Amino acid sequence: MTDWLNILLQGALLGGLYALFAIGLSLSFGIMRLVNIAHGDFIVLSAYIALAFIQATGINALASLAIVVPLMFALGYALQRGLLNFTLSGGLLSPLLVTFGISVIIENVLLQIFGADIRRLHAGAIETDSVAFGGIAVGVYPLLVFAVAVIAIAGLQVLFYRTALGRAFRATSDDAGTAELLGIDNRHLYAMAMAIAMIFTALAGVLMAIRTTFDPAAGPIRLIFAFEAVIIGGLGSLWGMLIGGMVLGIAQAVGAALSPTWQILAGHIAFLIVLVIRPSGLFPHTRD
Amino acid sequence: MILLRTRGLRAFYGDFQALFDVDLDVEEGETVAVIGANGAGKTTLLRAIAGALACDAAMVEFDGRAIGGLRAHDVVHRGITMVPEGRKLFPSLTVEENLMLGAYCGRAGAWNLARVYALFPVLQELRSLPATSLSGGQQQMAAIGRALMSNPRLLLCDELSLGLAPVIIRDIYACLGAITAEGTTLVIVEQDINRALEASARFYCLQEGRVALTAACRGFDRAAITSAYFGV
Amino acid sequence: MAGFRVDRSTRESRWFAGFLVLVFIALATLPYWGGPGDMRLVSEMAYYLALAQLWNLLAGYAGLVSVGQQAFVGLGAYALFYLTSQFGIHPLVAVALAAPITAAISLPMALAVFRLRGAYFAIGTWVFAETFALGVSLVTPLGAGSGMSLTPAIMTQIAPDRAGRELILYWLSLAIVALVCAIVYLLLRSRYGLALTAIRDSETASDSLGVDTFRTKLTIYVVTAACTGMVGAFIFLQKLRLSPEAGFSVNDWTVVVIFMVVIGGIGTLEGPIIGMLVYFGLREMLADYGTWYLILLGAVAVVIMLTAREGLWGLVARRFNLHLFSVRRHLTR
Repeated sequence: MTDWLNILLQGALLGGLYALFAIGLSLSFGIMRLVNIAHGDFIVLSAYIALAFIQATGINALASLAIVVPLMFALGYALQRGLLNFTLSGGLLSPLLVTFGISVIIENVLLQIFGADIRRLHAGAIETDSVAFGGIAVGVYPLLVFAVAVIAIAGLQVLFYRTALGRAFRATSDDAGTAELLGIDNRHLYAMAMAIAMIFTALAGVLMAIRTTFDPAAGPIRLIFAFEAVIIGGLGSLWGMLIGGMVLGIAQAVGAALSPTWQILAGHIAFLIVLVIRPSGLFPHTRD
Repeated sequence: MILLRTRGLRAFYGDFQALFDVDLDVEEGETVAVIGANGAGKTTLLRAIAGALACDAAMVEFDGRAIGGLRAHDVVHRGITMVPEGRKLFPSLTVEENLMLGAYCGRAGAWNLARVYALFPVLQELRSLPATSLSGGQQQMAAIGRALMSNPRLLLCDELSLGLAPVIIRDIYACLGAITAEGTTLVIVEQDINRALEASARFYCLQEGRVALTAACRGFDRAAITSAYFGV
Repeated sequence: MAGFRVDRSTRESRWFAGFLVLVFIALATLPYWGGPGDMRLVSEMAYYLALAQLWNLLAGYAGLVSVGQQAFVGLGAYALFYLTSQFGIHPLVAVALAAPITAAISLPMALAVFRLRGAYFAIGTWVFAETFALGVSLVTPLGAGSGMSLTPAIMTQIAPDRAGRELILYWLSLAIVALVCAIVYLLLRSRYGLALTAIRDSETASDSLGVDTFRTKLTIYVVTAACTGMVGAFIFLQKLRLSPEAGFSVNDWTVVVIFMVVIGGIGTLEGPIIGMLVYFGLREMLADYGTWYLILLGAVAVVIMLTAREGLWGLVARRFNLHLFSVRRHLTR
């Protein structure tokens, strides 16, 4: 019995990481209708940037966030303003194919620079520490990641519903032309949206890399996890991303008990079930 | 002093020319009407002034400086705000959030949330509702209030009466007085000629993208307006 | 409307059709005048062109951007390997059977994935491909993770000696790409083609005019899947060895194909041909530089989408008002 409880708990906590994966993807889609196919590759890129800094300076992996997050924020702003903004008027094909191209470029550039070796970041004792909750040992690190996810989503909730910037985001998402007529600079706002999305992408990348191994080709599967979490939870729902992530994490934890192949497959199956039975997700967004 | 001036204003939608050498002057504090049939170019004119439609820099002058071709958000910062045709309130935002969004550009001035509510008390009652759940007339008030929140020197009103019952239209036009009392300059685009002419000092009549007629409103011959309007 | 005629072909398209026939004859006789590696290369170009035309039909004409077509390559390949090894079916017959089998699997898959729109549809197709790959790797009769091979016993059914097999497979590759191009071309010339163009331009307007957009898109999707499956079966008939990674590889069967179509010109029949030639040219030139050619490919695709959305062929076609494949209708007196 405790075995199954353990599996559920591990899966649920893993959901925190998947929620962090989902945030970046969901933000850019929600505000700009842009699905960043390179999203998973940016997660992996963040991990590699952290790796480079750690190798150069010897700092702790968690401390590297202080550098990686601002860097990815700036990169996101520049990427959107300098490149992706120009794809937004091109219908569906343009942003999809451009981000697809960027995905291929990132993967192969990382391969050229870092090689195909499998990597991992280290954060010290926190990786293996655990606390006991009524007979079950819960890892401190997974708890930390989950807490970060909850804080992230709560923070986004505040940003979107209680700040002027959040109102500007929601208005621009509704009707960019009219928002511009009220003094909102679309180009800057979209760039800010991508920059903010990159904050969470960077967080996700570093936190993931401490927990699991990564290599240049590790991006696409992360995109898929992010996507599955978003669809399961329901498009447009902030807390739905957390729930979606947890459902995915639990499905994967159940699958992992059988074999590593079943781990990912179980996640896909959970996603497909939701897609067929309840395509709008578990918590489809209703206008607040 | 002349606040807004257009000289030889030309505007295009792709290859289609919508405005042909439009010359227009608006004095500070004035209310000017732009009338014309559907497709005459009234909305196009406002959009060109507001920066939503591209044109050459020198074609539009505001407060002595060329603003043609500036992007719309820059134009708002200069002091021109448009109340768009069809209201265009943001569905994801409540009434109050729509109003607050109007203040995003951060221009200082007499208008704030309290004053907008004083002008349109019904909005205060409905302020927590999603903006698009309001009636047409209430939405129009909200759209005007939202534009006022940006404290514009020049307010462009595009078809305020569109789709509204005459009683509502009357109430809305009654509020315009409070707006101009602050010294705000108004340009009103209307299909309802009577309303427009009653509310304004001067008018321009557009026909197929050109200025067909311009004069003071008071006492002007209706027959002349009709022929300019329809191009007969 | 008296005095007008609806023409399907132009002078250029008639010349081009003649040119194509000449090229085809030259390629068919390649074994007799070409070098040893030439047949392999042309085969590869042929099946990539087929994949590119199919992806282009789906994305450029039906507006269904899929990054999961590798699912059908793998399914077709596995159909071939399973039918030949388990049921002793002749490999060439099995290649043909791969089409209906893949079509049958693609139908329920389409019904599920059509619930997604736009880019999320694209990722959804990818998830399906991954799911098939993982699923197959768990099934022992399909070779599980290590895959399957085509035994000599199977291959000798095509021809008793190696040279004979190479010849037959080479001509089969030409036949397949001709068949696929013909199917795509005929579809586009038909009322389906008109419907697709309408849907591509405006789905809502098409709906309101009575075009059954859902069924049209579903039909195109399933037909494309069937053809892709057949091509996939052929590809691995040549490779002799199949594993989940190889069969369902997104890099081999989707990334390269998409780039070919995008660079050549999406939404045109001429585009994939140009794109395929550019890809092979680049690959030759950058053969010594490892993954640089992929980086360059990616960069070129990005630049093309931003500056010349209609691809290299689009630039030419626009400049010279040239349409080599007669899929349009012209009003002439």
